[in-house]
Amino acid sequence: MTEPVITEDLIAAHGLKPDEYQRILQIIGRVPSFTELGIFSAMWNEHCSYKSSKKWLRTLHTTGPQVLCGPGENAGVVDIGDGLAVIFKMESHNHPSYIEPHQGAATGVGGILRDVFTMGARPIAAMNALSFGEPSHPKTAHLVKGVVEGIGSYGNAFGVPTVGGEVRFHRSYNGNCLVNAFAAGLAEADKIFYSAASGVGMPVVYLGAKTGRDGVGGATMASAEFDDTIEEKRPTVQVGDPFTEKRLLEACLELMASGAVISIQDMGAAGLTCSAVEMGDKGGLGIKLQLDSVPQREAKMTAYEMMLSESQERMLMVLKPEMEAEAKAIFDKWDLDFAIVGETIPEDRFLILHGNEVKADLPLSKLSSSAPEYDRPWVPTPAAAPLGAVPAIDPIDALKALLSSPSYAHKAWVWEQYDSQVMADTIRTPGLGAGVVRVHGTAKALAFTSDVTPRYVKANPVEGGKQAVAEAWRNLVAVGATPLAATDNLNFGNPEKPEIMGQFVGAIKGIGEACRALDFPIVSGNVSLYNETDGKGILPTPTIGAVGLLDSVDDLIGGQPQEGDVAVLIGSGTGHLGQSALLAEAFGREDGDAPQVDLAVERRNGEFLLANRKHIVAASDLSDGGLALAAFEMAEAAGIGLSLELAETPALFGEDQARYLLACRPEAVEALLAAASAAGVPCAQVGRFTGTDFRMGHSAASMAELSGVYRSAFEAAVG
Amino acid sequence: MKAAVITFPGSNCDRDLAEAFAKAGAEVTRVWHKETELPKGTDIVGIPGGFSFGDYLRCGAIAARSPVGQAVAAHAKKGGYVLGICNGFQVLTEMGLLPGVLMRNAGLKFVCRTVGLTVATRESAYTAGWQTGSVIRVPVAHHDGNYTADAATLQRLKAEDRIAFTYVDNPNGAMADIAGILSDNRRVLGMMPHPERVVDAAQGGTDGSVLFRSVVGALAEA
Repeated sequence: MTEPVITEDLIAAHGLKPDEYQRILQIIGRVPSFTELGIFSAMWNEHCSYKSSKKWLRTLHTTGPQVLCGPGENAGVVDIGDGLAVIFKMESHNHPSYIEPHQGAATGVGGILRDVFTMGARPIAAMNALSFGEPSHPKTAHLVKGVVEGIGSYGNAFGVPTVGGEVRFHRSYNGNCLVNAFAAGLAEADKIFYSAASGVGMPVVYLGAKTGRDGVGGATMASAEFDDTIEEKRPTVQVGDPFTEKRLLEACLELMASGAVISIQDMGAAGLTCSAVEMGDKGGLGIKLQLDSVPQREAKMTAYEMMLSESQERMLMVLKPEMEAEAKAIFDKWDLDFAIVGETIPEDRFLILHGNEVKADLPLSKLSSSAPEYDRPWVPTPAAAPLGAVPAIDPIDALKALLSSPSYAHKAWVWEQYDSQVMADTIRTPGLGAGVVRVHGTAKALAFTSDVTPRYVKANPVEGGKQAVAEAWRNLVAVGATPLAATDNLNFGNPEKPEIMGQFVGAIKGIGEACRALDFPIVSGNVSLYNETDGKGILPTPTIGAVGLLDSVDDLIGGQPQEGDVAVLIGSGTGHLGQSALLAEAFGREDGDAPQVDLAVERRNGEFLLANRKHIVAASDLSDGGLALAAFEMAEAAGIGLSLELAETPALFGEDQARYLLACRPEAVEALLAAASAAGVPCAQVGRFTGTDFRMGHSAASMAELSGVYRSAFEAAVG
Repeated sequence: MKAAVITFPGSNCDRDLAEAFAKAGAEVTRVWHKETELPKGTDIVGIPGGFSFGDYLRCGAIAARSPVGQAVAAHAKKGGYVLGICNGFQVLTEMGLLPGVLMRNAGLKFVCRTVGLTVATRESAYTAGWQTGSVIRVPVAHHDGNYTADAATLQRLKAEDRIAFTYVDNPNGAMADIAGILSDNRRVLGMMPHPERVVDAAQGGTDGSVLFRSVVGALAEA
C-alpha cells in the first residue's frame, strides 16, 4: 500500500509545529515516511514528551529514604517495610472521557492499572478525581453518568476496590471534564520490573489483546484543544475490555514469577511505538519489529495504524529466550495472544518492517531524547484583589447552601457504583476522607486520598499548589496513617498562553515546597495540558494522589462519635473566607486570595495528631466548607446531632489550613488538651455530639432535615 | 473437611472465598476452570464472585458450560454441597442447580453497599449458626442481582422453606426480597451478598464468618 505524501497539511494534522518538523529533517537527514511521521508525532506530542512541562517537573521533590523508584518509570515505587513496596500513579483520561465518557473513563482506569501491574504489582486500590461542568450544563449529567459507569464497569470487573476520590462541578469544566484515575499495587520490593531492555538479540514479545484501529492518533488528540469538530474525534477513543485486562494481570504476574521477563512495558498512549522506544531507549539498545507478526483484530492494517493503535490490554516484553516455551504456556493458559514480534539490536535504530518493506528506520534514542523541550514564556499570576465584604448569613442557611451543592453533597450515588470491597481488605470505605486497605497477609494498612482545590490554584497558584499537597497529607493523617509519598496529575489549559503557563509554574513551585517541607516526595505523575474549549481554559487542577502507611490496622482512626463525645478543634485561624466554598455556593462569588499554608504548622499539627491517636475516636481534616461542613459530615455519618459553640460565619466556614476536627470521649479530652499545650499546638473544645439537631451557636436544624438535603442533592442535580 | 474453590477467568473473589473457608477450618484447594474433575474427597465447592468470562453473553452463562461446570453439576447431583456467591449464584442458576435468574438491578446501576439481611431459615448447614429471623449485615456488590422467577417457583421456594436470606431494604428489585436460596436438598446455596467480605472485625463486621463456620463445622462432623 502506498503511503500518503508528506505535506504541510499532513504535518499540521499530526500536531507537529513547523520548527518541530525541521528538527525531524535535521535528525534523519531526509523526508520521513508517513509511518515515521506518525511515530515522531506520537513521541513528540505533549502527552508523551512532556515538552512544555519537563523543565518544571525536574524541580519537584522526588526523593527520600522511602522512595525506591521516583518519576520516569510506569509508576512510583515506595518502600513500606517487611520487604514490600507500594507502587502507584495517577493519570488523566480527560479528552477521551469528554468525547466518549463511558469508554474514555473505563480505559483510563485500565491504563493506570496496567501502569501498576507492568511493574510486577498486584493492584490493591483505585481512586478517581473527577471534575465536571456546571450541573445545569446540557452535557454534564450525561458525562457524570457515563464516566461513573465507565469507571465502575472496568474497576469492578477487573476486581480492584475503588476506595476514594473526588467529584467537583464548576463551569470552567463545561467543555473539558477531568477524569484522573489513580491505582496502587503491592509487590515485593526486590521483585519490581522496570522498562529498560537489556541484551542484544533478545526476543521482543507482544502480549495480551489483538491490535485494532482503535485509538489511532489518540495521544495526539489528547494534546490538542477542542473545538466544534469534537464529534469527529470519537473514533480516536479506545474501547476497554476489563475481562482481558484481568487475564493479562494474572498472566503477567505468573510470567514475572517464572523468571522469564527481562523488561516489560504496557502499551498505553501511542501503543507499540511508545512502549518499544521506551524499552530500547532506557536500555541503550535498538529495536527491530516485524509487524506481520503482530496479532491483528482487523484486516489489512497498515504499519502506520499498527504503530499508532491504542488498542487496550496489551503489553510488550523483552523475554529470556530460553524461557519462551514456559512463557507461552502461561499465556495459552489464560487464552491471550503471545507473539514474538521483534528483537533487540545493538545499534541505535528503530527499524519497522512490514511485508518486505522497511516502513520506518529511525535513530531510536533521538525519538525521546531529542524530543523538543520548551521553556514556554510565562507570567506570574497577579496577586488576588482583597476579599470584598461578605454579607451576613444564618449559619444553617450557609450550611444548606453547601449541602445542596453537588460538589459538597453526599456522593453515595457515585461510589456505590464502584466495588469498594473486592479483595476483602478494605477497612475504610469511601465517603469520609481517605480510604484504607489492609496490606494482605500483614498487620499493616495503606491509606489513599486525592485532593486539590482548583479555586485556590486559580487565585494563587503557589499557595494553591501547597494547599493541595497539605490537604492530601492531612487526609492521610486524619485516618492515623503516616504520609509516605504522592503522585501528581497536573491538569491545565493551553501552555502556549503565558498566563496559563504561569499557573503551571506557580503550582509546581507550591507543590515542590510543600513536598519538601513535609518529606512527602512526588514519585510519579502525569501532565494534561490543552484542557481548553474554544479558547477557554479550565480552572488549574493539579490533583494530588497520596499514600500513607499504618503500621497496624489497630492504628486506624476510624471510629464514630457517640452521645456525649466532645468535638475538639486542632489548629487555629483567622476565619479565611477568600475563595471559600461558602462564597462560591451561598453567594456565587469566587474572590479574595487562597488561604496561606504554613507548612511548619501543618507538620507540627499533623505529627501531634498521630502521636495522640489513642485519645481520638474520629478525625477529619478541615478544608472546603471549614469547620461547619466537616463537623456536619462527621455527625451525619455517625447518625448523631452536634452542638457547636461557635456562631460566627468566618469561624464556622473559614478555610484556614492545618486544622482538624476530632471527636473524643469526654474522659480523654483532658489528656489531649494537656498534650497539646505541651506541644504548643492550638487545641480547643468546640462542641459536643448530642441529640438529633445540628446546632451552631443559636441557629439549629434537625439532622434529619439536613441529612435529607445532603443525601439527595447529588442525584437531584445530575443523577 | 475439604473445600474446592473454582477460578474462572474473570473471577475476582476467588482468593477471598478460599481464605474465608480456610479461616473457618476447611482444607482448601483452588481449582482452575479447565479441570474436568474436582479434587478427590471434595465436600463443598465454592463458586466465587467476579465477572466470569467478562459476564459476556449473560452473567454466569459461559462459566456454567465450562469443563469444571460438568464436574460441579455431578458433585451436586450426588448430594455434594455447593456455595455460589454473587457471580457464583448466577452460575448456579445458569447451570440449573438453582431455579430462577438474576436480572439487571431494578435501578440499572451497579450497587455496592452493606445491607441488612434477614436469615429466612436456619434449616441448612449454612444458616444453622443463626436463629431464623436474625438480621445480619453483609455487603452486596453487583449489577445483576435482581432475583426473578415465575410465580410457581416462588411459591415452591416459600412452601419448601428454601429462601435462605432476604433483604431488609431491597437494593436491586429482587422478587420477594430474595438475597439467597437453597436447592431442594438444601445443600446448594446461592446468594448475592458477599459473606466472605465480613469474616474479620477489621472488615467492619464478622457476620459472614458464622456461615463459613457453620457449614465447615457441619461437614467436618459428617
